[in-house]
Formats: sequence, C-alpha cells, structure tokens
Amino acid sequence: MDFDFSPEQKEIQHQAARLLTEQCDLRAVRRVLEGEGPYDRALWKQVAELGWLGVAMPEECGGLGLGHGTLCVIAEELGRALAPLPVSSSIYLAAEAVLQAGDAQQRGELLPLLASGERIATLAAAEGMRSASATEQVLARVEAGRLSGTKLPVPDGMVADWAVVTARTTSSADGCDAECTGLFLVELDGPGVRREALQCLDPTRPQARIVFDAAPARPLGPAEGGAAALRRVLDRAAVLIAFEQIGGADAALAMSTEYAKIRHAFGRPIGSFQAIKHKLADMYTRNQLARSNAWYAAWALDASPDELPLAAAAARIAASDAYEFAAKETIQTHGGIGATWEGDMHLYYRRAKALMLGLDSPAHWRQRLVRALEDRLAA
Amino acid sequence: MNFNDTPEEAAFRAEARAWLAANAAPRSAASSLLVNQETGDFTEELPRARAWQARKFDAGFGAIYFPKDVGGRGGTSMQNMIFMEEEARFDVPATNHFMIVNRGCCALLLKRGSAAQQRELVRASLRGDLIWCQLFSEPGAGSDLAGVRTRAERDGDAWIVNGQKIWTSNAHLADWGVLIARNDPTVPKHRGLTFFIVDMKAEGIETRPIKQLTGGSNFNEVFLENLRVPDACRIGEVGEGWKVVIAFLAGERSNIAIKELQPLIDSLLRLARQVSIDGRPAIEDGGVRERIASFYIREAGVRYTVQRMLTALSRNEEPGPEIAIGKLVLGTLVQEMTAFALDLMQAHGMVMDAAHAPFAGVWQTEWLGSVVDRLGGGTDEIMRNVIGERILGLPEDVRVDKGVPFNRIGGA
Repeated sequence: MDFDFSPEQKEIQHQAARLLTEQCDLRAVRRVLEGEGPYDRALWKQVAELGWLGVAMPEECGGLGLGHGTLCVIAEELGRALAPLPVSSSIYLAAEAVLQAGDAQQRGELLPLLASGERIATLAAAEGMRSASATEQVLARVEAGRLSGTKLPVPDGMVADWAVVTARTTSSADGCDAECTGLFLVELDGPGVRREALQCLDPTRPQARIVFDAAPARPLGPAEGGAAALRRVLDRAAVLIAFEQIGGADAALAMSTEYAKIRHAFGRPIGSFQAIKHKLADMYTRNQLARSNAWYAAWALDASPDELPLAAAAARIAASDAYEFAAKETIQTHGGIGATWEGDMHLYYRRAKALMLGLDSPAHWRQRLVRALEDRLAA
Repeated sequence: MNFNDTPEEAAFRAEARAWLAANAAPRSAASSLLVNQETGDFTEELPRARAWQARKFDAGFGAIYFPKDVGGRGGTSMQNMIFMEEEARFDVPATNHFMIVNRGCCALLLKRGSAAQQRELVRASLRGDLIWCQLFSEPGAGSDLAGVRTRAERDGDAWIVNGQKIWTSNAHLADWGVLIARNDPTVPKHRGLTFFIVDMKAEGIETRPIKQLTGGSNFNEVFLENLRVPDACRIGEVGEGWKVVIAFLAGERSNIAIKELQPLIDSLLRLARQVSIDGRPAIEDGGVRERIASFYIREAGVRYTVQRMLTALSRNEEPGPEIAIGKLVLGTLVQEMTAFALDLMQAHGMVMDAAHAPFAGVWQTEWLGSVVDRLGGGTDEIMRNVIGERILGLPEDVRVDKGVPFNRIGGA
C-alpha cells in the first residue's frame, strides 16, 4: 500500500509552494483582478522556465515526462495561490486534447510550444448555456476546412494563440463518414476570427466570446473520435482542476482559522464559539473528503483509465462542494470585511464558483458519477 | 502511488485468506448490509463469537499486533487491517463489539498494569475468554466525561466505590471493567479522578439492561454500591485518572472509522431500479441520482482517507490527523442512506417484518440503529470540537467550571 505522492513529487510541490508564496501573493492576484493584464506574464515566464507546464508531457514533445501525478501537486499549489495564469486552458485542456486526439505530427508540432510557454492555447467547446460535453448539440460547423459559429465562454480566449474547437462536420476529409462532432485546431490570430473579452465573475480566470466566420480549421485527429476524446479530456482536466480546488479550499480554511483565532467578540476569540468552530471543522472535513477523492483520481489518471470516469466525477463533485463551502463560509466567518472589495475573501468566492462552472456544472458530473456506478454494478 | 500490497503484505494476505477459507463460509449479500455490528443484542450470539475469537487467537490472527509473549502474533497494525479486510468477506460472528474494548484494555495493562495483571488477564482477554466493559459514562456525565460523580474513597489497601454508570456495553456479559471515579471532589474536575480495573463479578455491582430503540439490549445501567476495589487494581497515580482515560479513548475513535459501506451504495442503486416514481424507475429521477452521488463521494472520501492512514501504517508511521473525520462522516452517512432507502420503499418502508420487508428488514434495523453511531465514542458535536481544537488549533470554549473545585460547580 503506497497511496501517497512520491518523495520527488512532494519536493516539487514544496518548491512550487515556495515560489508561489514569494512571487504570487494575493497582491499579485489583485493586480489581475483590477485589470492590469489578463494574466501575470512575469510569473508565466517563470513557471514555464521551471518546466511546470510540460511536466506531464512526454519528453519527445518537449515535456519532462514526469506523469500527471506531478502535474496534480503543482495544480494544488496554483490553486492555493489563486495564480492568475492560463495553465488550465493551455495545459489541462488544450495540451490534453492534443495528447488524447492528435496524431504524432500534431503532438510534435504543438506540444513543445505549449510546454515552453511560448504559445498559449485553449479549448473552445461551450456555446452559451449548452454544456461543453453536449457534443450532439454543437452548432458550430466546419465545411471544406472552414469553421463558422460562436463559442462562449472561452477560457483565456483573448490571450490564446490557438484553440481546440468542437464543431459539426460531415466531411470525410475531416475523418467522418456521417455527421459527427470533431475537434478542430484554429489559429485565433488568423482570418475569420473575431473575439471580445467578457466581463465575468472571476476576472483572474478571464473568458472571451469568439465568433468564427469561415476561419481555417484543421481536424485534430479523425473527427469521428472527437466526442470520445473530448470526454476523456474533460475527465482528465476535472482531476487537475480538483487539485486546484482543494488547494484553494485549504487556503480559505487557513485564512478563516487564522482569523477565528485572533478576532475577539464578547470578550473571547470567535474560534472558541462552537458556531464558528463547528463550521470550520465541517470545512476541514469536506476538504479532506475532497482530497482523498482527488488522490484516488490522480492515481487513476495514469494507472487506470477504466476507473477514471468514476474517480474524476467523484473528485470534481467533492472538490467543487468543498471549495464553494469553504469560500462562502470564509466570508461569513470574517463578517463585514468579507463583503468588501478590499477584503481578500471574495477572491476565493469568485474562483471557487468559476472553477465549479468552467468544465460542466456539478449536475452534469453527478449524472456521470451515477452512470459510472451503474456501469460498475452491471459489470 | 499504488494500492498494491508490499511482498510481505501480500504474503500475509494470502495466508490470512487461506486460513479464513478453510475455517469460514463466504458472506451473503444480505449480511453484507449489516453495518452496525456494535448495536445489536449479542447475548445469544456470544458463545459462537467467543469460539470464533478463540479460534482466530489460537491460529495467530486474534491479537495480531500484540507481542508473542502474551499470545499475540508480534505483527503490525497493517497486518491487523489486512486481516479485517479479508475477514469482512466471510460469514463469521462479529467480535468487534467486545474485542475493541478488550484490545484497548490489554494495551493499557501492558503499558500501565502490574506484572500479575499482565500475566493473569491479558492472554485470556485477547483470546476472548474474558470480556471487558467500560464503566465511564454516567447519567450526569457523557460528553463531559470528566464530570463523573461516582466516588472512590480510600479504605486501607482498598477503595470503596459508590455511584452509577450508564450506556455500558456488555456490562451484563463482562468479567472485568475499566472504571473512572472521583477520589477528590474538592479539586477541579479533571484533577480529582482515579482509574481502576474492577472485577465485574464482585459484590456491590448490579447490572440492569437498557432496552434500546432497536428493541435489543446491549447497553446497561451499572449500580456500584460499596464496591471494594483493591488498591492493586488502580491504574496510574491517584488523581491522574483523566490522562489514562484520554489515552484509552484515543484508540476507540480510529476503530469505528473502518466500515465497509460500498455494499450499501450498490444495494441502494438496485433498490432505486426496482421502485418507481411517477411511473418511471426511481433511478431515472434527478433527485434520486443526486442523493446517490452525494452518498458516494462521502463513502469513497472516507474509504480513501483510510487508505492514506493504511499507507502511514504500512511505513510504520503515525497516521495523520485526517482520520478523525471518519467517525463523524460515516455516522451521519449511514443514517442518511438508510433513511433514503426507506423513502424509496414508500409505505412499505414501514414494514420490518422479516417475511415481507426487502432484505428481511435490514434497512429498517440499520436505520433505527444508526442513531447510536452519532452518539457513541464521542458525539458528532464532540468530534467537531476535537477537529476544531486538536487539528485546527482553535481555542477551547470558555469553560465556566475551569479551575473550580468539583463540589462547587453549578449543577454538580
């Protein structure tokens, strides 16, 4: 039994935590919140140089080949620091899509530039209130190598150089006999692409609206396998984002605990009141349940594709619940200051909700989880 | 990261499995739903349970992490966990309801008892030949255990004990008990306590069963009237009994966390397929699916938290504090899952009649019994205090009785 991260992974996590404590305190997060830029460019450069972005990519694609477990522990620290970086878009989503759906040539061409941080990419799947995974409802279409349609919200859509886009096609040239939804690569600085920044809940996780009008698009692997590849990408990204969520939830708990020890009311620290103490104990409990589910999913990510759908759904639901609870109760624990712009508590409140919504909402994942349980029972 | 046994663990598991297969039959689907093995009435079942414990002990599986010179295996906590995992697949009598306390008492005697006590009591208790009970809670002192009022007064080389204990599991079956009593009411409550072991067959002990809401009786009231306890049965110094209690209870909480609830989840899924809501199978109902998902993430969350604990044990390290969530989460979870199963059965959920209820009424029985898990071994509220204070380091509540002599505390 060795249900733990390796000493090497723990060391990398420790280094990541140290760097982010030094380079990405909440003032750095606020600079992005207040519109100084869509992400922290200096920090992006640093994490790219340290190899974090390519940590799970194969060596032949410019990565370090250390596996997804190592990316998980880095994700936890990025989440804890609320790092305002396009890591989830470029690495958990776009790079995973290339790994899951692309051919050898596409991997060799695209991944090294993502691993080095020279290029940023994203996944453009959602079309308004239609969920990312509802591939049969996609309206965007590719005809004769040209994509038309509107995608929103697209995470980091203003800073991405290219996107993996879901679109319908009927063309055998795209690798599709009948009509199907495939994955396509589109240059976002190219012709036929218009994009605008959207005001959103968490400006440190910015979103864009992108209108494609006969934009050149090439298939990322055969279109027929697109829907299945997308499901795998969503499962994998769900695990990585679960680690960001447990990092953030732990940071919120730490902030609340610290405050509950020093803030006095009625002549004593508020943390001595059971109303506060039990709330924080519940926060701790949810965080631990989320952590244990996430660890299992981290294991399944590299070791057991069969168990991944169940493990990823459980990790996503548990981590979403834990972070949302920790963030809202952190505001409650702080009282009035929690409702101000100046107080930092709303940074967690915004991020928790953004991470919860960004990759299909919890209701979808609950469906997936119960379906996986039914499959297991039938097996 | 992997879930595989080390070669040594795998060898032990194979040995345990082979022995179990040769000595017991596999478990049935209905019996795997019985989770509250500690809340039933064991009087009838006891001879079989003791025989099974003795058989395990004689084969080297009954006291795995105890030293060889008291009849143990000299093994590890990890081996004990492996054996429990394997044993759960077989239809064998439950022994935990007396062995958890027996093991706790033996561990205490090995640390703090006299050579004579160790010689006479430990081996027999590990084999299940002797049964122990905990004379701790009182009508006026449950969560606030240090508020016990049972008096122990010195009389030469013995103590005279008077008072009443309650919620004492197995007292009616026990040969020995561990007792916390007040030797000095004039000092603050934690300081005036002394810890003893008592012979349950001695004169001055009267045990009365309490009928539980399940209809069974495993708890008792125990009346102590001029009970004479030799000073040789004192464990720890006079007035230092609270420290002994704390060390003793720490073991109980981690024991409760290890419950196998996966069969309940699978069984709920099956039930939700059988019954219908508004003309469609209940399993297709969004609300039903949402509840099942919520049960699963908590069940799996605790299960993998236990795996983290086992990893520490496997490395001979101390498990982390996160295991404290196990009892808190599972107590509520069993209550919610069983209540939900009854909801799915609609009016039929009221029927406990073994001939007519699904699974012979086991869901109903478990629903009734589930209240006990949220109370015993530290209530949910006490567990939240433990997490808040010991793990998060929050300040303790203002205690109006702090530093006040016990006999001056209001309500005492």
